[in-house]
Amino acid sequence: MRTKRIKGIKFGLLSPTEIRRMSAAKIITADTYGEDGFPIEMGLVNQRIGVIDPGLRCKTCGGRMGECPGHFGHIELAAPVIHVGYAKLIYRMLSATCRKCGRVLLEEKEKKRFLAEIERQKEKQADVGDVVKQVFKEAVKNAVCMYCGEHQKVIKYDKPTTYIEIDEEEKKRRLMPTDVRERLERIPDEDIALFGMDPKSARPEWMVLTVLPVPPVTARPSITLESGQRSEDDLTHKLVDIIRINQRFMENRDAGAPQLIIEDLWELLQYHVSTYFNNEIPGLPPARHRSGRPLKTMEQRLKGKEGRFRGSLSGKRVNFSARTVISPDPDIDIDEVGVPEEIAKELTITVNVTERNLESMRETVRRGKRHPGANYVRRADGKKVKITEINYGMLADELDIGWKVERHLRDGDIVLFNRQPSLHRVSIMAHRVRVMPGKTFRLNPTVCPPYNADYDGDEMNLHVLQTEEARAEARILMAVERNIISPRFGRPIIGGIHDYITGLFLLTWGEKKFEREEVLALLRKIDIDDLGKPAEAPYWTGKQIFSMILPKGLNLQFRGRINDVIIREGELISGVIDEAAIGSFKGIIIDRIFRQYGEKAAKKFINDASRLAINYILHAGFSFGISDEDIPKEGEEQIREEAVREAEHKVEELIRAYEAEELEALPGRTLEETLELLIMQELGRARDEAGDIAERYLGIENAAVLMAKSGARGSMLNLTQMAACVGQQSVRGERIRRGYQGRTLPHFKSGDLSADAHGFVRASFKDGLSPTEYFFHAVGGREALVDTAVRTSQSGYFQRRLINALQDLEVKNDGTVRETRDTIVQFKYGEDSVDPSKGEYGKVVDIDEIIREATGAEVGA
Amino acid sequence: MRRVLTAEEKEEVAEELVRAGIEEEIVEQIKEEFIPAELTIEFDELLGMQIEEEYARDIMMMQGRGEEGEVKLGDIELKVNKSKLPERIKGELRKKLRAVRNKLSRRKLDEILNKVVERYEKAKVEPREAVGIVAAQSIGEPGTQMTLRTFHYAGVGAIYITLGLPRIIEIVDARKKPSTPAMKIKLEGEYAADRNKAEELTMEIEETYIRDLGNVEASTEDMSVWVSLKERELKRRHIEREEVEEKLKSIGAGGLVEATEDGKLRIQVQNKFYHELLRLEEKVSNTLVKGIEGIKRAIVRKDADGEYMLYTEGSALKKVMRIEGVDFSRTTTNNIAEIADVLGIEAARNAIIEEMMGTLEEQGLDVDARHVMLIADAMTMDGEVKQIGRHGLAGGKASVLSRAAFEVTVDNLLEAAIHGETDELKGVTENVIVGQPIKLGTGAIELVAR
Repeated sequence: MRTKRIKGIKFGLLSPTEIRRMSAAKIITADTYGEDGFPIEMGLVNQRIGVIDPGLRCKTCGGRMGECPGHFGHIELAAPVIHVGYAKLIYRMLSATCRKCGRVLLEEKEKKRFLAEIERQKEKQADVGDVVKQVFKEAVKNAVCMYCGEHQKVIKYDKPTTYIEIDEEEKKRRLMPTDVRERLERIPDEDIALFGMDPKSARPEWMVLTVLPVPPVTARPSITLESGQRSEDDLTHKLVDIIRINQRFMENRDAGAPQLIIEDLWELLQYHVSTYFNNEIPGLPPARHRSGRPLKTMEQRLKGKEGRFRGSLSGKRVNFSARTVISPDPDIDIDEVGVPEEIAKELTITVNVTERNLESMRETVRRGKRHPGANYVRRADGKKVKITEINYGMLADELDIGWKVERHLRDGDIVLFNRQPSLHRVSIMAHRVRVMPGKTFRLNPTVCPPYNADYDGDEMNLHVLQTEEARAEARILMAVERNIISPRFGRPIIGGIHDYITGLFLLTWGEKKFEREEVLALLRKIDIDDLGKPAEAPYWTGKQIFSMILPKGLNLQFRGRINDVIIREGELISGVIDEAAIGSFKGIIIDRIFRQYGEKAAKKFINDASRLAINYILHAGFSFGISDEDIPKEGEEQIREEAVREAEHKVEELIRAYEAEELEALPGRTLEETLELLIMQELGRARDEAGDIAERYLGIENAAVLMAKSGARGSMLNLTQMAACVGQQSVRGERIRRGYQGRTLPHFKSGDLSADAHGFVRASFKDGLSPTEYFFHAVGGREALVDTAVRTSQSGYFQRRLINALQDLEVKNDGTVRETRDTIVQFKYGEDSVDPSKGEYGKVVDIDEIIREATGAEVGA
Repeated sequence: MRRVLTAEEKEEVAEELVRAGIEEEIVEQIKEEFIPAELTIEFDELLGMQIEEEYARDIMMMQGRGEEGEVKLGDIELKVNKSKLPERIKGELRKKLRAVRNKLSRRKLDEILNKVVERYEKAKVEPREAVGIVAAQSIGEPGTQMTLRTFHYAGVGAIYITLGLPRIIEIVDARKKPSTPAMKIKLEGEYAADRNKAEELTMEIEETYIRDLGNVEASTEDMSVWVSLKERELKRRHIEREEVEEKLKSIGAGGLVEATEDGKLRIQVQNKFYHELLRLEEKVSNTLVKGIEGIKRAIVRKDADGEYMLYTEGSALKKVMRIEGVDFSRTTTNNIAEIADVLGIEAARNAIIEEMMGTLEEQGLDVDARHVMLIADAMTMDGEVKQIGRHGLAGGKASVLSRAAFEVTVDNLLEAAIHGETDELKGVTENVIVGQPIKLGTGAIELVAR
């Protein structure tokens, strides 16, 4: 069966006839509910325009609450009013058409030209706005009608809805909506096209309302407060206002009230109808609720982030979803997600009972609320029955083919897992469920990078797929192992982080030897049957153990962070495993396995590697403490003397030279700028030097150095700041200058240019900062915080725009990239039709590798 | 190596040469000179172009050699050219195969080629892939990791340039003028080799106003503007005193220009009103004496190839291109609108790619060029640089609902009603709104069981 599709939605203006035709009831009373608590006939909450009360039936379609979608009603306006949204356009039309015969003030020839241009734009499905603008501009220029000879008068538009006609003698006459409507009526259909309008869907006079459609009550439901009092929707309030004034207007007119009063009431009616459409019209006081809160009318309902379009239509709320805190579990597979039993019992999957699963489904129903059980059954006749403590046995016996069972989530079910902000497609991936005790979702740490997740309290969402198609698609396209390679840069985005890298680094670094028992302990969570021969009997080496998790026959050679890594026939021959080998974002081994052996092998490798890494780091032990930042006395001395003091001397020298006017300005810089630049440079160098000295005293055995070098976490800069010298603090790339006149803090002399007066922190974090240093550090730190805050909002909007502009582009069957109008954007995607995520480690084809395989020759980078 | 070929053989070879992508002109030459006459072939005298000559000769001799035969340059050329690979890969392959030529046999060559083609075919995009969304995400996602700061560039004391997220936003906004316009000017011949020559050029380019050359003062005493030029500045910028005088006369400040003995210039105001005097002062100090308007500063730097080049603050591509010593084919600006204006839309498209990739790289972010290309192509697809946003791509979309969901919701709906527009529900947002499957990727394919 094919599902029906909406082919298109046509937009147009409603004509008065159309409004009356689609109306189910004429509304004449402003009252809503009567004394008896039932909706009043002919009232705004009319039983013929929809029901919102349980138990009542719609008098138009007979549907109950929830079944009847509601029907429009209408109000006959006592006098026409301008539609605010079109006030400006009406003004333009009045100015561009003859006041007598209604024709557009252009020569036939010109009309033809413009019409042809409009036609052309429409054909291209492009905007006609510019042409229409031209039409208006040209037409106003003509003061005499070329068709009837009428002399035109200047029309002035007084925002928001008033038009005034001024004749040559400067005499003003207000055009009432009735006049406006008459004039618009006179514009012939063929001239309307000049305004880019389609006379069938929008006649200009329809922009002046004579009948007002009343939206169904279902679109403006009243809410019952705790006190039992009814509180009507803002739209209903506004409609009440309109009806009241409308009635007063009619009464007054029938009673023959003076023109002045009539005009006042007309104005009031206009105000209410205007604010009914939009309550934020400039120049009009917004209509307010009794409490003083401005009413939320039509436009306010539609626009903005929480409005109908962005809030309700583009983003929808869903069932079958769960959200909780995430926590790590290195023992589950990368494509699994640990789901708390509590959640698994709430989320269900509907299973059709067939011949083959009848027995197992009976068993499921019989378990009832106990975990791998079910919550509801749906009988063959469609009746839904809740499984309770009382009826589960009966339902299980009754269960038959054709029934449906809403069973609990079980191990192995496919679900979608997501973390906001969903910035790229790997922010939502399909995982296999693993039901567990506890209250958090469990996630393998190697999958953190694509989600950009950590475990400091992050929460994630889970969605249970409800159809077979959805599950198949998720399994094929969205599974974690399918998304190991990032489409952004064509390299793995899933891979080892932190301790995984440290673990494997330690294991494969140097010549580590292990006895059989140790090897078995390390590999106990990994499926390996054959340990092979120990390289240095009776010992296995660390590299050998790592090689056991590599696929057979893997050949790979690359430059690691520390040294060159060579893998031959699945054996790590030399080199140490680091971030470049198995890390997320880099992970060249993962990349190669993914391409050569497929996603299953890559998944297995990441699983094995992480388990091996964790086991080894547990086995070997790894820690970092404040004493690891200790530098021997002579080192400290060296840092102080050679690096810091030296630089400070040089800075003093620079300042002296500057004050003595001996300093030469750099081209295009003032003397002051030059001085600042040179000082910054000098102090920057001081920190680097301090870092270098510290590094000399802290060998790779140092945990922080090891982590930095292997790429597990942190950088040498972090260590430098902890152990040696924090360095210059800056705001906007300059030394800190703000504060008092001529100085940053009262601790310094005015005009002091020295290093410490402008934010150079010579202490290390371990030593502790002096009060002034602490202050400067806070100044620099604040900038970073502000930067992050501003950036998130900016980049969020940037991405929204990008997505909106590009979302419809797709590669067609002929290899071109086109948008919805079939306009070609690219003849060949990316000039070579290559999918970035399908290339080879960021390249299209690894030619070096192919040549090496064929000839054994090295091409060299 | 020489060999006599028959007429048929030659015809065949000629055809092969054409197919191999060797310019027809050259092949024509070979044919004319040799095919009629059955002579010993000696290409050396005939072909001026060295590379083609070698290939041609190789190709001539390839006939009749076995699979294990030696691999000639011509073999590589012929086979690579014939393969259905994109140009970029062909180039790389050619280069790398030449490097290992002595280790190849003809069979090995075929083997390698087939493998490359096979792997290339495997790497191709799937039809119906939603490349637009992937591109948008690939640029947008790293946006959160970019800095907001302006950084400087090319060493100490150089020019400040907007980088990071603000720069990227500036590019997709298709601004008329970037917040920090700048140029990279490559030089020709001796200008590129000689630092002094290059320095001289900076003086040609840098805008120099009278105010830069000395003091400009308005004196109410004699109702005239006094210009006292600094000798040092004039010398540094290679400007003659007379030049300034000429310039002042040519702007016809309405006043008389005269040089006094003490080296000052005096310009009298015609109408002796105070405001006229001030206006004149303003006009005089802002008179351009030398250089190109808009180029605030130019500095000389050595590039990676050891050539001297100029970096400028401010941009004026059209004028800079005309200056002698400037290699305009390699000179660029970061002002994309200017490039579109001067060099055309294709150049603008390339500039967008260059600028975006450059900015991303500078931030240490790895983004595949294809994503950036798609954005650049989308922005330039109909001949003008369109911004990504309300006034460009997103605002010009065919779908009413999609536009309404983006920005200015109500205006779009009111407009649509007037024009009697129909939303054909072909894009993503529209179908999300009405709750239908999206016709992209898997959604574009239907399977109907009968």
